[in-house]
Amino acid sequence: MQLTNRSKQVSNKEMTLMERAYIPAIVTGLGITIKHFFAKKVTIEYPEVKRYLGPVFRGRHILKRDEDGRERCTACGLCAVACPAEAIQMVAAEREKGEENLYREEKYAAVYEVNMLRCIFCGLCEEACPKQAVYLRHDEFVPVFTERDQVIWGKDLLVEDMTNRYTREAWTKEEARAIDAKRAAGEVTNVVPRAIP
Amino acid sequence: MDLTEFLVKTATIFVVFVLTLVIAMYSTWAERKVAGFIQDRMGPNRAGWGGLLQPLADAGKMFFKEDFIPALANKWLFIAGPSLAMLTALLASAVIPFGSTFRINGHEVVLQGVESNIGILYVFGVVALGVYGIMVGGWASNNKFSLLGAIRAASQNISYEVAMGLSLIAILMMSSSLSLGEIVAQQHGMNWNIFYQPLGFLIFITCSFAECNRVPFDLPECETELVGGYHTEYGSMKLGFYLFAEYINMFVSSAIISVLYFGGYNYPGMDWVYSQLTSALGSETGHNIATLIGTAVFFGKALFFIFFYMWVRWTIPRFRYDQLMNLGWKKLIPLAIFNIIITGAAVLFLKPVITAWLN
Repeated sequence: MQLTNRSKQVSNKEMTLMERAYIPAIVTGLGITIKHFFAKKVTIEYPEVKRYLGPVFRGRHILKRDEDGRERCTACGLCAVACPAEAIQMVAAEREKGEENLYREEKYAAVYEVNMLRCIFCGLCEEACPKQAVYLRHDEFVPVFTERDQVIWGKDLLVEDMTNRYTREAWTKEEARAIDAKRAAGEVTNVVPRAIP
Repeated sequence: MDLTEFLVKTATIFVVFVLTLVIAMYSTWAERKVAGFIQDRMGPNRAGWGGLLQPLADAGKMFFKEDFIPALANKWLFIAGPSLAMLTALLASAVIPFGSTFRINGHEVVLQGVESNIGILYVFGVVALGVYGIMVGGWASNNKFSLLGAIRAASQNISYEVAMGLSLIAILMMSSSLSLGEIVAQQHGMNWNIFYQPLGFLIFITCSFAECNRVPFDLPECETELVGGYHTEYGSMKLGFYLFAEYINMFVSSAIISVLYFGGYNYPGMDWVYSQLTSALGSETGHNIATLIGTAVFFGKALFFIFFYMWVRWTIPRFRYDQLMNLGWKKLIPLAIFNIIITGAAVLFLKPVITAWLN
């Protein structure tokens, strides 16, 4: 079976004088390495330069609000059940009168915590959520933490900011490329440029 | 010897010493940078601009590691090994002519640590001693792999010294002098030995690769077979000394190659530059600036050969041990002897004919 056309027949025959002299072969090799020496480097110098990671990259969590700014989460606990790393913990509470503008459902998460050391960013919580409340952002990482109290993220960090809402503009590579092409052609201008993580 | 002369000599030796150390230090940086570039990477670029502080960081790391001596090692020889390696590596740079002369208040100061009339013999003697550092360290470690690496280093160095010396004899036959300063001076005006001794150069550079234990002849520290070779048991700055000695050796042999075959501080058109400078700036300043240009050219050549060492390292895989010995004894030594015969014949018969024809 031939997988590539780069394979060479192994030969056991005597080397010619030219081959035994080593020097031509070494010079050829030196030519190849010096070509690479001046070639453009493929390295992306990470903290300074950041690569776009795709439309469905699973970065940090966000608890979405709806159009009126009400929290979508109803504290059903399906995300916590789905989580293979057991990173999610929540405390449910009943919505009081007068809080209808804060919480969409009658039951809400008073406490919603994600342990960022346990989380493996698999996205199963996102898939399990029946209320489209929890998402993993495609454009932001969990920042590096150095202290223990920075590990567990509460609602203060997770709930969406209404002045800077998160939209995922594409769900497949093809969609993302189509939007990129449209943006390059100047057809789409209303879409917020993707924040590079 | 009066006091000024003594002081000037001390200063020259100090400068040569510091220069050798700094070049060896930055060779470690350059090695990693060249390796990175050849492999389409960036190399170290975090410590300082372009990673220029990397050697300092490495040295700091080395110093802070535990200075460990194995329980069954021979303690004194274990310490003597890296010291000897470092000592012999540094000794060799004393006789290298870095440039022609400086004129200070009518004094002529030669840019050379020691003006010896047997300079090249001295270099050979010191380089041959270099194997003791490896041998003593490898034996004192009381470890089979270290001993095997050290034995390999010793036999390899001895084998290749023969071919190296023979290839050098051809040069000595042409120059009829053992003084490095004399050999450089004779190459003035593009009479570089590389044009007369291409085969000798090839043999010499191959042997210097082997003498420095560099790839493709780095069998003494061949990690696929011998863990770390002669420095398996070493750590901390003792290991640092071994690695550092290798880079100093590399610089010294690059300098020797450029002195013997590439005319040292000579460069095309240097007479014209010299006359321009002396007529413009006077016979003292002009002379000194011309010397500095020559020294810069010399360092350019030496640094190119250091680069060549690295370039080859990241191109060629290691030889097998029997291939190494076959190449040394069965190919290079006969070739070197052949080269001597050819050179002798040319000096005896061809040279008078050509000089007669030219006149």
